[in-house]
Amino acid sequence: MKRLVPYVTGGIRPDWTRYLVEYERNGATAIEIGLPFSDPILDGPTIQEASDRALSRGVTVASVLSDISDLSLTVPLIAMTYYNLVINKGPERFCADLAAAGVSGLIVPDLPIDEAGPVVTAAERHGVDLVLLAAPTTPPDRLAEIAARSGGWIYAVSTMGTTGERDQVAEEGIRLAKDLRELTGKPVLLAFGISRPEHAVAAAEASDGVVIGAALMRRILDGGEPEELGAVLGEFRAALDTVAV
Amino acid sequence: MAEPGELGRFGEYGGRFVPESLIPACARVEEAFRDAWSDPRFRRDLDRLLAVHAGRPTALTPAWRLSAELGINVLLKREDLAHTGSHKINNVLGQALLARRMGKTRLLAETGAGQHGVATATAGALLGLGVTVYMGEKDIERQALNVFRMKMLGTEVVPVTSGSRTLKDATSEAMRQWVTCVDEAHYCLGSVMGPHPYPWMVREFQRVIGDEARQQCAAELSTGVPDYVVACVGGGSNAAGTFAGFADTGAQLIGVEASGGAAVASGQTGVLHGFRSYLLQDENGQVSEAHSIAPGLDYPGVGPEHAHLNDIGRARYVTVGDDEVVPAVHRLARTEGILPALESAHAIAWVIRAAGTGELPPFSTVLVTLSGRGDKDVATLMEADPMEAGPMEAGS
Ligand SMILES: Cc1ncc(COP(=O)(O)O)c(C=O)c1O
Repeated sequence: MKRLVPYVTGGIRPDWTRYLVEYERNGATAIEIGLPFSDPILDGPTIQEASDRALSRGVTVASVLSDISDLSLTVPLIAMTYYNLVINKGPERFCADLAAAGVSGLIVPDLPIDEAGPVVTAAERHGVDLVLLAAPTTPPDRLAEIAARSGGWIYAVSTMGTTGERDQVAEEGIRLAKDLRELTGKPVLLAFGISRPEHAVAAAEASDGVVIGAALMRRILDGGEPEELGAVLGEFRAALDTVAV
Repeated sequence: MAEPGELGRFGEYGGRFVPESLIPACARVEEAFRDAWSDPRFRRDLDRLLAVHAGRPTALTPAWRLSAELGINVLLKREDLAHTGSHKINNVLGQALLARRMGKTRLLAETGAGQHGVATATAGALLGLGVTVYMGEKDIERQALNVFRMKMLGTEVVPVTSGSRTLKDATSEAMRQWVTCVDEAHYCLGSVMGPHPYPWMVREFQRVIGDEARQQCAAELSTGVPDYVVACVGGGSNAAGTFAGFADTGAQLIGVEASGGAAVASGQTGVLHGFRSYLLQDENGQVSEAHSIAPGLDYPGVGPEHAHLNDIGRARYVTVGDDEVVPAVHRLARTEGILPALESAHAIAWVIRAAGTGELPPFSTVLVTLSGRGDKDVATLMEADPMEAGPMEAGS
């Protein structure tokens, strides 16, 4: 089965964890939870707005982790945030807190492999996978290093740009996923711009699955209820299930 | 002030904390800069551009009347006389020349006060490169003159509406946009910040301020070197360029931050916009908004080399509030016939205060970098205190 990882900005509204429950029920393989940061430089307008909205509600890393630690989900939860929030607590405590809340993966988009040492060590100690990003411009030797050191799976950024909805899956992303799959047996997930079920199909033909962010968050910002978002995710699931593994 | 090595470190600061998509672009800028900086032809071309287009060397002006009033010897390094009205042109001509050498056709830049935007617009026009400048909505309002100048120079000014709508958010947006066009566009960063090699490269392009001032001081002062070297610090480029000329002397180096944007005085270690340094942030690690009457100092971080110079004690960082800055503008205007930029007036304000308290001993020699001229700030000054235009008490 192809992997399907929906993204949600932690604390986007008071009952936000209901989205997690609906995503699990509708075929999510894992769920990416954004820990909102004031200056998300790899995010486009939709997720920027979601982060701002959550922050203006007073959401913190601690409040998001406390919200999820009461849940009894079976799918893995992966935190996504920017490096300043990790530094703020220190990698050691940050990873310990994630683990204690039941989070098993961490994505830090502004922490490239060259600087990741301290977080890799702390994450390993607490049983958290530090998932590394690869981009269409990443040269082959660096791609191999990222593939080798990434924890659990590899986050392939499909396009030279920020998160946001797009009309199609970038050709460069398909090529990146293929290159990565030749380099490693670890799962490669394509992310950024996967906006419709047919995009997910195109992406999954070259990869092991997809991450869906802005397309879901836009609906949430527009007031989409958890059940509606669950149904949207279900359509992605159904489309992905037509792709041979 | 040393070369920061492959990882771009100044002590524990600096580095390259950018999305993976930008890593090759940063590496390419580093490689191109190393190559260009050791190429005598590039250096000659840049020196010539700085001389015939930017008006270098800029003067070193003894501030006679202010000195007499303060009982110290103040020398002004006149970056306000550089073309486009500030030191920003030094760095921009360097980066624009580098961009052309790399085969880029466009420049992207962020701007706060608008001075870096105007400098980039100017260099783009001069070298035939397209220019797009990102600027916070709030800064667009308070720097209307500079927005108009950029547009006249053929530059596209893109308003940034996120966050604090100032330099911080303009910088984030410029980085986001750089990701989408790394092949044809060079990101022309305006200060000693951002991912490696920018803090180092911008300091090298700005060291012309310090190198010239060092020579000029040698001619002007019996001691050869001033006792104090003072410059305002936003990102810290005019200060870094000035300090570079005096790092190996006994001069005391003083960086003056705006009290509402004082990353060294009130920040903690953090990472923003690609580098690790002192950063204004709340207890949860969210970046705080800076506040200064001077838009060029309205930034929550500070260049990584300044954080390091502070830690090792080679430079000292002090703060000045808006309330001291406006009188300092008027004082310099009245005593020397020079209307300084609000940013630069921070350095003047500290000198006035420190002379008054005796922190600057009587007869000491003080070099102050006047990073830019105040034309852009006239509207702000009129709004801040129209009554200040009245006569001042002597010696106050
Ligand atoms: C006139 C002037 N001085 C100083 C600054 C602060 O920048 P930096 O500290 O990088 O020199 C600016 C920035 O816009 C400026 O316009």
